[in-house]
Amino acid sequence: MIEIENLHKGFDGEEILKGINYTFEKSKTNLIIGGSGSGKSVLLKCMLGLLTPEKGIIKYDGKPYSEFTEDEKKDLSKQIGMIFQGGALFDSMTVEENVMFPLRMFTHRKKKKQNLERVREVLKRVNLEGSEKKLPSEISGGMQKRVSIARAIVNRPKYLFCDEPNSGLDPKTATVIDQLIQEITHEYDITTIIITHDMNSVLEIGEKIAFLKDGVLAWKGDKSQIFKTDDEAVTDFVYSSNLFQKVREAQKQGL
Amino acid sequence: MNYLHSIGEYFLMLKGTFNRMTKGSVLRGLILKELDDLIIGSMGIVAFLSFFIGAVVALQTALNLNNPLIPKTLIAYAARQSIILEFAPTFISIIMAGKVGSYITSSIGSMNVTEQIDALEVMGINSLNYLIFPKIIAMLFYPFVIAIAMFLGVFGAYAAAVFGGFVPPDLFVQGLQEDFIPFHLVYAFIKTFLFAFILATVPAYHGYYMKGGALEVGEASTTSFVWTSVVIIITNYAVTQLLLS
Repeated sequence: MIEIENLHKGFDGEEILKGINYTFEKSKTNLIIGGSGSGKSVLLKCMLGLLTPEKGIIKYDGKPYSEFTEDEKKDLSKQIGMIFQGGALFDSMTVEENVMFPLRMFTHRKKKKQNLERVREVLKRVNLEGSEKKLPSEISGGMQKRVSIARAIVNRPKYLFCDEPNSGLDPKTATVIDQLIQEITHEYDITTIIITHDMNSVLEIGEKIAFLKDGVLAWKGDKSQIFKTDDEAVTDFVYSSNLFQKVREAQKQGL
Repeated sequence: MNYLHSIGEYFLMLKGTFNRMTKGSVLRGLILKELDDLIIGSMGIVAFLSFFIGAVVALQTALNLNNPLIPKTLIAYAARQSIILEFAPTFISIIMAGKVGSYITSSIGSMNVTEQIDALEVMGINSLNYLIFPKIIAMLFYPFVIAIAMFLGVFGAYAAAVFGGFVPPDLFVQGLQEDFIPFHLVYAFIKTFLFAFILATVPAYHGYYMKGGALEVGEASTTSFVWTSVVIIITNYAVTQLLLS
C-alpha cells in the first residue's frame, strides 16, 4: 500500500502539486487520470524518488520514504517495476539483455543460469518468445512495451508503476497491453499505479481511479462511479472524446 | 549566476560519480566497452593527424630557415619541442573534444531524452556512476594515445624533413637529442591526465543535465565541444604557468 499525505511540489516558483492526499490500494490497478499539465507525471516521479517533494509524506507500507536509509531505498527499488511511456529500453542491449538487466545488477554472477531461465519465463509470459536476440530498434512499438513490462516484472516486484503504457499504440495493441498489465497485477499480486489520459484504459483496467486537475485531487472512485458522477471537472474530462460524448447522448436518449 | 550554478552542478556530479558504486563485474564490462569506444576507436584519427602535423611542423621550420648561420638540427629540435609540449597533448585533445566529447554528450543525452537514465535510477542504480565512472577509468589510458601521437608526430617530421631533402638523417637525429629536458615529457603527461579527466567529465555533464528532445541533444554536443575546448585551453595555460615558468 502506498499512502500520500499533503504532497506539494513546484518548479521555478510555480506549484504543480497542491497538497495531494491519496492511498493506492494493494493488489489493485490504481489509475491516475487527468489532462496534460495536471501533475500526474510529477506525482509519479515523486513516488519513485526521482523528484523530491517540497512538503508532504509518501509512505510505503506505512513507512515514510524520507525516513528510508540508503539500504532500505535500494531494497525498495528492487520491489519496484516501472514501465516508461517510451519503453526506456537500453538501445545497445538485446531484448534478453534488457530483461536480464535488473537481475544482473543485483544477483551474483553464479546465478546466471537461473537468471536466464527467469528471463525466458517472463518473455514467454508476455508472448515474446523468439525475439530474445533482437535489438529494441528491430521490434515494433507494441513489442517494445511488452519488453518493458517483462523487464519491470522480472524481479517479482511488489509495486508496478506505468507512465501512459499504451501511448503511441494502435487501439488493438493498446488493449492487449492494458489487459496484460491487469493480468500481471492479479497474477503477481502487485500494487499497480498507472498514469493515463486514455478513457479506454479506464474502462478496461481501472479498479481505483484518482482524477487530478491543476495539481489537486479533484475526484476519486472506481470505474463504475466515474461515468455516473456529476462532478463537472470529471465529466468534462471523461466526455472530451467524441466517442464517449456520443455514448452519453445515447444513454440520455435511452438507446 | 548561471555559470556559477553550472560549475556547482558539475562538482556535485563528480561527487555523485564516485558514490554508490556499480557492481564490479558489470563495471568491468562497461570499462572495456568504453576503452574500445573512446581509446581504440580514436587511434586511427590520432595517428593520421599526428603524422601529418609533425610533417607540417618540420616543413614549415625548414622552409623558414633562410639564415645559413642557424644549424639544420633546429628543424628536428623545433619539431620535437612543439610536438611534445603542445601539438600532441593539447592540439590532439582539442580534436578529441570534438570526437570523443560529442560522442559522450550525445550518447548520455539520448539516454536522458529516452528516459533510460530515469530507468536506471528507478532500478536503484546510481546512473552517474554507471554512466560516467567507466568513461573516466577508460580515459586513464588516454596518455597512451598521446604517447603514440608524439611518436608518430616526430616520425612525420623525420619523414618530411629527411625524405624532403631538407636535412640529412644523422643531423635530424642529433637535433632530436639536442637540449632534451626529460621534465618536458613529465609536464606533457601531467597535463594529458588532466585533459583526459576533462574530456570524460565535461561532455558527460552536458549530456546528463541537458533538457529537451533530439534537437537539444545536438545543441548539447556543440556546447559540450566549445566548453571542453575552453576548459582544456585554460587548464593548459594554468599548468604551463605552474610547471614551466
